[in-house]
Amino acid sequence: MKKFQVDQNGYYGKFGGAYVPEMLFANVEELRIRYLDILNDSSFQNEFHALLKHYVGRPTPLYFAGRISDKYNTRIYLKREDLNHTGAHKINNTIGQIILAGRLGKNKIVAETGAGQHGVATATVCALTGLECTVYMGKLDMERQKPNVERMKMLGARVVPVLSGNQTLKDATNEAMRHWINNPEDTHYIIGSVVGPHPYPDMVARFQSVISEEIKTQLFEQESRENPDYVIACVGGGSNAAGAFYHYLECEEVVLIAVEAAGKGITTGQSAATIALGAEGVLHGSKSIIMQTDDGQIVEPYSISAGLDYPGIGPLHAHLSERGRVEFTHVTDKEALKAALELAQLEGIIPALESAHALAILSKLDLKKSDLVVVNLSGRGDKDMDTYIRFINKEK
Amino acid sequence: MNQIEVITNKIEDLFYRRKKRILSVYFTAGYPKIDATATIITNLEQSGVDLIEIGIPFSDPVADGDTIQHSNHVALKNGMTIRMLFDQLRDIRNRVEIPLIMMSYLNPVYKYGIEKFCKKCHEIGIDGLIIPDLPLYEFETKYKAVFDSFNMKFIMLVTPQTDNERIRKIDFLTGGFIYLVSSTSTTGSKGKISNEQMQYFKRIHDLRLNNPLLVGFGIGNKESFVNACQYTAGAIIGSAFIRAVSKSDDLKASVSSFIKSIKA
Repeated sequence: MKKFQVDQNGYYGKFGGAYVPEMLFANVEELRIRYLDILNDSSFQNEFHALLKHYVGRPTPLYFAGRISDKYNTRIYLKREDLNHTGAHKINNTIGQIILAGRLGKNKIVAETGAGQHGVATATVCALTGLECTVYMGKLDMERQKPNVERMKMLGARVVPVLSGNQTLKDATNEAMRHWINNPEDTHYIIGSVVGPHPYPDMVARFQSVISEEIKTQLFEQESRENPDYVIACVGGGSNAAGAFYHYLECEEVVLIAVEAAGKGITTGQSAATIALGAEGVLHGSKSIIMQTDDGQIVEPYSISAGLDYPGIGPLHAHLSERGRVEFTHVTDKEALKAALELAQLEGIIPALESAHALAILSKLDLKKSDLVVVNLSGRGDKDMDTYIRFINKEK
Repeated sequence: MNQIEVITNKIEDLFYRRKKRILSVYFTAGYPKIDATATIITNLEQSGVDLIEIGIPFSDPVADGDTIQHSNHVALKNGMTIRMLFDQLRDIRNRVEIPLIMMSYLNPVYKYGIEKFCKKCHEIGIDGLIIPDLPLYEFETKYKAVFDSFNMKFIMLVTPQTDNERIRKIDFLTGGFIYLVSSTSTTGSKGKISNEQMQYFKRIHDLRLNNPLLVGFGIGNKESFVNACQYTAGAIIGSAFIRAVSKSDDLKASVSSFIKSIKA
């Protein structure tokens, strides 16, 4: 029984669908009709898995983090998505979508990016396959994630600054969608998260599901059991969480925890905790939970972490929240920064600010010594060094 | 006490009376000033425009180019909301006869409540709705009955990529007119209408649909208007009109001189 899978009409319960203007209908419809046949084809699977293994470096380690386990008096494993080529889980999806774009006969790629991790992952696979790459990025995000901007440019991508709204991920997504409207025939849009019109949320979740597939195998090797007691992931749009939860959704004994970015605190008006603060609505092609005013205008979110600074969440997650399958919680900027520093000093791993949100929840859980906890370490922190240095200097 | 209500719709009436050179104008409510709504509507009617699309501003208008994005942004900054717009339009039917269409992205309408929104539009005397990100499937399965019950014509877009089967389905399910998007693009003027675009207008014309066709996106001056009208019932001007009223202290004069420049 697959009660958390997308249905034939592109819905997870009441969330999902394909709310696109007619200008995008033909493209989205072509994807909808073809994606499962393409993904299930053995030549696609062979190519996808070969690239994940030889190019991305999968499987990524599942590492027993002894010192942080001692600190929280439990048993904590880290799924090391930070060790992927390009430094985050984002490349699992872009590898899949670039092969798909080839099968669809598209020779240009457009993408949005927040933290720049998806942009870098997209620029990378475009360089790998020789496709032309345009990445839209909010101007504010370009400033706070400068190293990633330079990486994208070195990889040959055109990075277009977005000046509308708060100049962050939401605005970059608008602009990428407009680009696709204006270039529907030769361009494939590589959405970076489990958001957007059906079939994107399902397609991206499938590409990211390699994360939980590996966790199962690796946990069995190390602990003689496939299922941990907890899986914890941070969530903005929700792609790393979707991947880490995917093969555990039907295993109800595994507690799944998604950590949103509370920013400066959920009551401060400067937050990106969509499940905590949002309401049902339609944004970027799907019906989900979104942060909005009483008048239905989208609220500009805030988080110190560019990758979580988004006012929506994938429709799968809205459904998982409503059904109570995943527990949604949130941590502040400051809690995330502290957790990042802690991981660096206890384990020698500098996490991405996004992933630090998942780590920050450990201190708030009532964990038993015997519990087995998997935290999805979705990315590494090189891109966030400026922010970390400022924080460390302030704490001194 | 069974009263027989004769259900009429001003959009239907218009296309029944007129078959050619229909001019529809889009403006963003709350732009350039918060209280410009009634002035723009009355002056558009007086200038000889045939149909008006009242745009409800939205924070994330993905189908729009720079000009209309900007007008949406300014209108929201000016404080425009659906509730305020309904209030401004309360007595509009005492002042104008022209068919009126509400254009909005789905989320503000969804948040307001779709049925409540239709009811309010009906009370005011709105004749149709354009909601570009409400797709045909959702319209057909969830909302058609609601729109019909309030006599709201639901107008859908057709693009160069829409296949014939889908166009026929749109034609069958929707009413008022079909909004023929002139090219694969967001809103905004592109200058001239190309031969390829003319061929596309003719191709749709030759389908002999039930609904009349109005061409929109990229229509901004007399030449593009006249060309767009060759195979269709008329055309829609949005961005060019927004620019024409953007810097105006005298809305009445700028509305009338812009419309004159199109109809001359």
